[in-house]
Amino acid sequence: MKFAVLVFPGSNCDIDCYKAVEQTVGQSVDYVWHTTTDLSAYDCIIVPGGFSYGDYLRCGSIANFAPVMNEVHKAAEAGKYILGICNGFQILTESRLLPGALLRNNGMKFRCHQALLEVVNNETPFTNQYAQGEVIDIPIAHGEGSYYCDEATLEQLKANNQIVFRYVAGANPNGSVEDIAGICNKAGNVVGMMPHPERAVNSLLGSEDGKRMFTSILNAWREQHGAAING
Amino acid sequence: MKARVYVTIKENVLDPQGTAVQGALHSIGFNEVDKVRIGKYLELDVDTNDRAEAEERIRQMCEKLLANTVVEDYRFELEG
Repeated sequence: MKFAVLVFPGSNCDIDCYKAVEQTVGQSVDYVWHTTTDLSAYDCIIVPGGFSYGDYLRCGSIANFAPVMNEVHKAAEAGKYILGICNGFQILTESRLLPGALLRNNGMKFRCHQALLEVVNNETPFTNQYAQGEVIDIPIAHGEGSYYCDEATLEQLKANNQIVFRYVAGANPNGSVEDIAGICNKAGNVVGMMPHPERAVNSLLGSEDGKRMFTSILNAWREQHGAAING
Repeated sequence: MKARVYVTIKENVLDPQGTAVQGALHSIGFNEVDKVRIGKYLELDVDTNDRAEAEERIRQMCEKLLANTVVEDYRFELEG
């Protein structure tokens, strides 16, 4: 299986994502520069965190027009696995691959600490190694992570089981709607989340609860791949 | 031609920056301020004399990039 980690000017979690893939699933992984115009070789595309284009105008708004984003749209349509983390989540909402938007934290502060998340949907390619309702410990680090969507969109997210992670009750760090920490698209192959699973892959770093996101992806790919071979 | 573009957070979306500024205004005695909304102001020099065309192009710029219409509204004025 082949992973791509996109790199925009201002990305700063790209190395963490790259190393997390290497250390958790040991699969092939490449850094892919934002000017790339072909992603067809990759099975999973990670849009990492950071401050692409200095967060100018709005977080993720300028990265959305990088050449590689056309390819990300194609990959999403082709059913490839796409994971946007933090600034990557902001880029995916700006590009409308995911609904809603990420607003300034309600407390106006940059929040950087461990956060407890409830796994709401364990049927995505990114969460199949977790139990539904399991509480996991994954760090956050963002100033603009307050997920917002209108009522109609929220109803759709619920009806289609698109809420993937929630901050546990009473510990919402940013004022997001319904404590949402991560969502997926309708098909389930595109996930965006504010917390950083790539920073939680070793107990020396405080938690290894993020590891299973990567093993989930490999597991999903193997199941899909095996099914294709067996006809 | 010059365009002045105003981007504001939609009325139904919380604006924590505005709320913080309102609190600061109250703390220095401006208690008459009921609400503060913070937005963005952009000035664009546009190389055209065709007003209708400029309006259409700037509308497209706002829809595509300058505003995120999920959470923001925009309006603009043209001069010259």
